[in-house]
Amino acid sequence: MKKVQWFWISVLGSIIFRFILFYSSKNLNLSSRPEIATPLTSLRRLAEGYWLKQSSMSPYSGSMYHGSPLLLTLLGPLTVTRIEGQPDHLLCGIVFVIADVVCAMLIRAAGQTLQTAYSSRLKLVGLNHLSQNSEVLPSGDLAALVYLWNPFTVVACIGLSTSAIENLMVVLSLYGACKRLAPLAAFGWVMATHLSLYPAILLIPVILLFGYGLDAPPRKLFLQRKKFEVANSSSSDDNSLEEDMRNQLSTLNVFSWKSVSHFLFWTLLWSSYVLVLCSIYLRQHGGLQELFKRTYGFILTIPDLSPNIGVFWYFFAEVFDFFRNFFLIVFHGNILLMIVPLALRLNHRPFFLAFVYIVISSMLKSYPSVGDSALYLGLLGLFAYELRDMQFSFFLISGYVGTSLLSPVMHNLWIWRGTGNANFYFGTAITYACFQIILVVESVSAMLNHDRMLKKLSTAKLVKT
Amino acid sequence: MGLVPISLLILLLLSILIFSTTTLLAQDEEQFWEELLLKPLPDRKILTHFHFQSEASLNNHHSFATHHHLFPKPISHLVKKFHIKEMELSFTQGRWNYERWGGFDPISSSNAKPPGVELWAIFDVPPLQVDAFWKNLTHALSGLFCASINFLESSTSYSAPKWAFQSDSGSLRYGTLPREAVCTENLTPWLKLLPCRDKAGLSTLMDRPSIYRSFYHSQRLHLRSSIAEDRLNSRIILEQTLTIVLQPDIQRAGTNYLSETILQPSWSLSSIFGRKINGRCVLAKSSNVYLQLERGLVTELENLQKDSAIFAANDTGSEDFRRYIGFELSVNPSKVHKEVEKSSSILYEYPIKEYKDSEHFDLGLTWKHPLVWSSPHAPLYASRFLTGSGNERGAIAISLKSTESTQGFVAANNVEEKCTLQVNILQMVPWYIKVYYHTLQLFVDEKPQAVTDFVERMRVSPSEDKVSPGLMELVLKFPCEAKSAVLNIDFDKGFLHIDEYPPDANQGFDIPSAIISFPEFHAGLQFSDKSLKKSPMLSKFQEKNHVLSYTEVLLVPLTTPDFSMPYNVITITCTVFALYFGSLLNVLRRRVGEEERLLKKKGANKGLLLQVLAKLSAKLRGRSSESAQPQSPPPPPSPSSFISPKLVFKVVLVAGVGVAWQYYSQ
Repeated sequence: MKKVQWFWISVLGSIIFRFILFYSSKNLNLSSRPEIATPLTSLRRLAEGYWLKQSSMSPYSGSMYHGSPLLLTLLGPLTVTRIEGQPDHLLCGIVFVIADVVCAMLIRAAGQTLQTAYSSRLKLVGLNHLSQNSEVLPSGDLAALVYLWNPFTVVACIGLSTSAIENLMVVLSLYGACKRLAPLAAFGWVMATHLSLYPAILLIPVILLFGYGLDAPPRKLFLQRKKFEVANSSSSDDNSLEEDMRNQLSTLNVFSWKSVSHFLFWTLLWSSYVLVLCSIYLRQHGGLQELFKRTYGFILTIPDLSPNIGVFWYFFAEVFDFFRNFFLIVFHGNILLMIVPLALRLNHRPFFLAFVYIVISSMLKSYPSVGDSALYLGLLGLFAYELRDMQFSFFLISGYVGTSLLSPVMHNLWIWRGTGNANFYFGTAITYACFQIILVVESVSAMLNHDRMLKKLSTAKLVKT
Repeated sequence: MGLVPISLLILLLLSILIFSTTTLLAQDEEQFWEELLLKPLPDRKILTHFHFQSEASLNNHHSFATHHHLFPKPISHLVKKFHIKEMELSFTQGRWNYERWGGFDPISSSNAKPPGVELWAIFDVPPLQVDAFWKNLTHALSGLFCASINFLESSTSYSAPKWAFQSDSGSLRYGTLPREAVCTENLTPWLKLLPCRDKAGLSTLMDRPSIYRSFYHSQRLHLRSSIAEDRLNSRIILEQTLTIVLQPDIQRAGTNYLSETILQPSWSLSSIFGRKINGRCVLAKSSNVYLQLERGLVTELENLQKDSAIFAANDTGSEDFRRYIGFELSVNPSKVHKEVEKSSSILYEYPIKEYKDSEHFDLGLTWKHPLVWSSPHAPLYASRFLTGSGNERGAIAISLKSTESTQGFVAANNVEEKCTLQVNILQMVPWYIKVYYHTLQLFVDEKPQAVTDFVERMRVSPSEDKVSPGLMELVLKFPCEAKSAVLNIDFDKGFLHIDEYPPDANQGFDIPSAIISFPEFHAGLQFSDKSLKKSPMLSKFQEKNHVLSYTEVLLVPLTTPDFSMPYNVITITCTVFALYFGSLLNVLRRRVGEEERLLKKKGANKGLLLQVLAKLSAKLRGRSSESAQPQSPPPPPSPSSFISPKLVFKVVLVAGVGVAWQYYSQ
């Protein structure tokens, strides 16, 4: 009870902290920092798009706005400037704070379902002692708090970056998949894909979540267990409880096509709905073709070379024009290439698979911002128990802290003071990318090691009995 | 037999006759004028304005084979080929000083141009073809004038203003190159278009060093084709003007230093150009030199006259040939024209015809009394500047300050209920200056105001990255009492690909001048004398044109990437990607159990060899650490460890693939 209270107090604290920062951060100019406001997530660009739309022009004319038209209708009216030239920051801020808090709550709820399901599965393979003891903070609460108090999230929220809403949609779809709510999951996935394209690859983990259910130990263990149970039951007939368990074991490995098709149906419905809405909104301005060209086309061809925390801007500012298309294909291919191997290896842990996909896409996306990192760092909290044995965790934390401190310094030296050089800023971006690579590689490796350990323990137990 | 040559001869004669008659006709149709205007400016400088005008008929509209006597053939080709209705090209160096040199007279409104090259053209073609014609025109002009006008071909450098610049039609294209350096290689082709080049007539004055030493010079070419209904009266009018603001060398006239500093410097044509006029261009219909005294100067002179008239009543000058005591002219004018209004400028006319070839025409002006006056100003004095620091973002501010003519306007319109002053602003911004149009702020008398209260009309065509520049056209209406107004608009600085930076990237990028025009004000001189209509320059001056002024060109520094880095960036980034891909794949395909088994197997198989190798390496290391000087090179490792069948197979495979590739690609 006390723990729960403590959780809510810290949630409230994070909200109050945000509002305090909203009031005091007028001169921080967070909303135009390159780490926070990429061409896709900048609220200033959204305001420009809204202004263009209001003056009966296409919101996409002028290569300023590249987001969704639906965001324009939601956030546009809040960005209208007053005579003094100051947009109503607080109203906008409330939207983003709400998005953050809802996102955290969804992460918490997903975490709780994940945890209960996981411990029940562990019970099935007879490894009850490995399930989390309830003495420490449950992983859902931990993840929610990590998400809320993460400086990256706070900064993205204060900087009014629309990535908060993208994150909310991603989490919504994962939550819906956890709770097996097909309409919700489909809505989240469609919206997330619509807003920033990269969450499209989450289709695989979401389908796996619907098909196989939540994260569980490797399926082989269940098969082993089942065989063992069958062998046991042949010798001596058991009571109904054993029977029930056996039934559960047999259903676990069945891919439920029904719920997947249910989800796909809703996806189709939602996506056609979104497309119709967009086409109505852009009826006089080129319609859907213009939308795809200005949003997805902009993401894929990387025409804006303004600096951000990724590595693409400098690469494409420097690379010879002749090779541009080749490297565009290679870099985007890099995201797609790893999808299948990861899905094969981690198909028993769809939620973790989703986490890995999110890390990869936020690392290799064309206009990354700290909002994307905030999401995967929050989700990392969900797997705190499984990833206990992760290597280099201290190194990684100090790396994240170091780069997030150095990067603004280098940017200041280069852009504002003119004493630095683009290479220094690019250096921090490269380091940041390296740390993210280490994080994803080590977390996958730790998860696989955890599975190996489970396997060893389970077989040992079977052999013992 | 004898008939054939005779008939041939007759034919020849006939053809010659026909040809000569046609040429005679053509000669009648083609006309050329040359004129020069001199005007002392308030700040001890002198404005010289050459005006050459050629006219030709555009009879056979579509045939290119017309012969011209006076009219430059390349220009008539341009008009015919690109269907030009009107075109203006100007090369300018220096900036017209609107505060000192005036902003309300015809010269400052139509001949004060932004630095660099400015080109605009109106085409007589369907709207869809305009861009193609513009592109071809830029190339033709760039070849004709030895300038990089072809850079205006790219759609990022020109735009199509709808109404803030010229009120008509959508077939107008406007582009500027603020960075273009103007020099003698641009002047020579321009002079080539004149029938006398610079060999005779007024153009002999154009001494290159004195032109390019000037504070401001603008060489302009204005082309207008008036296509009449019947096609017979359609004409091409080519106006070539060269406007130069020079500082005359101070002549040592025996006066002391003190009076020299107070007096305006005296000058003559030979002292400012180092040359004299040797005679007129015989092909010109008229060749005149004019000396203009501004309104301000004339009132000063009249005051002086009144003062001195009290003391000396022996002013013998007649009313027409009024001679002021403030200055002395070295040559007597043949005519004096005065503007109709009360306080008006005076024009002295000198037809070159009347001066014989033997006596070179050298007009000079010697000041006798110190005089201070000011030129008429535009209703609002416009200037533009950048705010903000750093290379990430900034803001463009256009400030408009009222001048004395606004007050005059207020006085004139006092009867009206609400006196407003209309200002048109045209602002073109290159795409790498990413303007946030929603941040447009307006301060009137230093108080923030709602933009909608003052903006009558607004048209924005935002810039597309690497496609088109941003264009903002505004019609503002201020109350006449407003002392100042500031427009402020924020922008982000873009980042370019390394190939898009010019060679001196750190110098910065130019934002072309904004054009501020006042449609309610007309710059024009009114002369009562009808004979002045014959002079093309003066009839041009009498046209009612909008008062127009250009703001400063802004220099925006943009951040530069490291230009020497492409290879490093490519290799480092690719390494990072390889690191990601390799290590993640390695983690995924790793099988711990298999690895252990394999290791055990290997240990059993190659145990001996490995041990030997390990020993060898340990020995080598130990020895090298013990002794500093290098020993005999270490023995090469046994070939058996390197050449394994697997390796051989791999090498053969790679070679085979290579050979196959070579074979098939050829």
